Amino acid sequence: MTPTGQLWGFFDGDLAAAEAVRALRRAGTRFTLYAPFMTHELDRALERRTSRVRLFVLVGGLVGLVSGFALTIWTAGRWNLIVGGKPIVALPAFFVIAFELTLLFGALAALAGMLVLSRLPRSNRSPGYDASLTCDRFGVRVAGDDEQLARSREILQRAGAAEIRVVDGRSESAPGVSDG
Amino acid sequence: MDSAPARRQGVAGSSLADVNRDILAVLGRPGRLYWSLLVLSVSAVVFGAVAWYHQIDVGMGVAGISHPVMWGVYITNFVFWVGIAHSGTLLSAVLFLMRVKWRTAIFRSAEAMTLLAVMTAGLYPLIHLGRVWKFYWLFPLPNQRQLWPNFQSPLMWDVFAVVTYVTVSAVFLYVGLLPDIAAARDVSQGWRRRFYGLLALGWEGTHRQWRHYGPTYLFLAALATPLVVSVHSIVSWDFAMSIVPGWHSTIFAPYFVAGAIHSGLAMVLTLLIPVRRAFKLQRYITRDHFESIAKLIILTGFIVGYAYLTEFFIAWYSGNTYERAAFVFRALGDFAPMFWAMVLLNSLLPLAFLARPVRRNLTALFLIGLLVNVGMWFERFVIIAGSLAHEYLPYAWGSYKLTWVEYGISIGSLGWFLTGYLIFIKLFPAVSITEVKEQDVELAREAAQ
Repeated sequence: MTPTGQLWGFFDGDLAAAEAVRALRRAGTRFTLYAPFMTHELDRALERRTSRVRLFVLVGGLVGLVSGFALTIWTAGRWNLIVGGKPIVALPAFFVIAFELTLLFGALAALAGMLVLSRLPRSNRSPGYDASLTCDRFGVRVAGDDEQLARSREILQRAGAAEIRVVDGRSESAPGVSDG
Repeated sequence: MDSAPARRQGVAGSSLADVNRDILAVLGRPGRLYWSLLVLSVSAVVFGAVAWYHQIDVGMGVAGISHPVMWGVYITNFVFWVGIAHSGTLLSAVLFLMRVKWRTAIFRSAEAMTLLAVMTAGLYPLIHLGRVWKFYWLFPLPNQRQLWPNFQSPLMWDVFAVVTYVTVSAVFLYVGLLPDIAAARDVSQGWRRRFYGLLALGWEGTHRQWRHYGPTYLFLAALATPLVVSVHSIVSWDFAMSIVPGWHSTIFAPYFVAGAIHSGLAMVLTLLIPVRRAFKLQRYITRDHFESIAKLIILTGFIVGYAYLTEFFIAWYSGNTYERAAFVFRALGDFAPMFWAMVLLNSLLPLAFLARPVRRNLTALFLIGLLVNVGMWFERFVIIAGSLAHEYLPYAWGSYKLTWVEYGISIGSLGWFLTGYLIFIKLFPAVSITEVKEQDVELAREAAQ
């Protein structure tokens, strides 16, 4: 299916946008919601799966923990000199390093996870993107052929869209912009 | 809360736009006051840089630190600034995890304060090193002699703690800023548009982006919370792991963490009260916010006061001659005025906040905040220099006098912190636009139910 255009519905409030989201989901239409902030209503309407960021954090944290102990134990072994009567491999002391690296790698992995999973950074705006979407309006964008857009337009209007816009999406590559 | 959220209820278009406009207005063309403050703080940085250059050029002899007080103002400043950093993370991460609503208006400024304070603190180990060009020896870098840092040393723990703290607080601040930077990008022109466009990474607020954003922020808060506790604990172990009387104590970690939060909260008051006034943010940062901070200061004031008493009690109860002598010296010796000032300013003065009119009076809040910070600086100085001056052998006793180099570098670092803060409030939204909107909508909805 080659999308022939992009349809935008702009909403003044999150309740109407949530209504549109629910209706589009019922109709099985793929859409992208744009929100200046998230609300419980939108969260409920989207019924989102748990983000996989937590896997990144888990793996990052474990890598940090292991590398903290690995670094300290290995380097202590390179120079077997007893200092202050302490054992060469002094685990309580090394735990401090491992603990800090757990947090450091965990946090960096969280950032990396967010960027990878939400496909950031990206250099281009979505076709038809409007500055009000980071200010006070919510937007729903649907890509599709004429027939689909007509159906979606009806859904958006019924949900209470304050404004409907059609943008020619021919020049854009469709799969990249329809975020799942 | 004042009446603002009620007025903005109903999620009507124009009212959320007000939030955008009001908060982004802070980024506008700076006035004369701003420029004068900037000139003042940059001059302080230049003065500090000259002093540091002199110390690098001539040698550590130009500083007052000398046997037996080899840790003086530099280490005091290091501990002080790391402490200042702590309340930023507390107000942001810990209160986020506890779902405390009054956090929304102030956490951004507090986080910025955290990052800048750690960056200020991070200068001091370098300044104290003397041969600063060898600073990379602190890091575990492979070298042909196969020498590695001694990880049994608390000073190495410090390196890892501070580097981690700087990195994680920068990430936390940046992730929190991301939607706000996008909001700033969408309404600005010229170099600002390019600058924000670059930093916003193409954020549009799609549901995919938000889906991963929320958990990321939560995880960062959850990681920052144990981090903040660990950092000042590790800083305190720089002292507690040694056998110096007055340092070698198991209460140091909680004692230092509480003190850090105490001074950091006071710094939030000192910074935010003028910022709120200068940038007309009264609608967002209310008296209630300052009152909540004042209440926390009462708590941390009690904790540090209790720690002071415990130290003296244990010095007496342990029957340890050296420990007892160290504390007699602390209360009656060379640094006695600073000691009594610290008791007065940190534990007794905050009790004034028990009176509601005091903790709602902005002048009182500002002054007490300032004085608590003076008191906390004295505390660190008394602990560090005071303990070293009177160790075990009377023959090795000594005292400590600051030189102009140490004063200069201290003033310079204060200027460095303020310069950073002044630049930050003109580059980034000082109040979280996204969270204020979100909270307004949720509050209005709760009120309607």
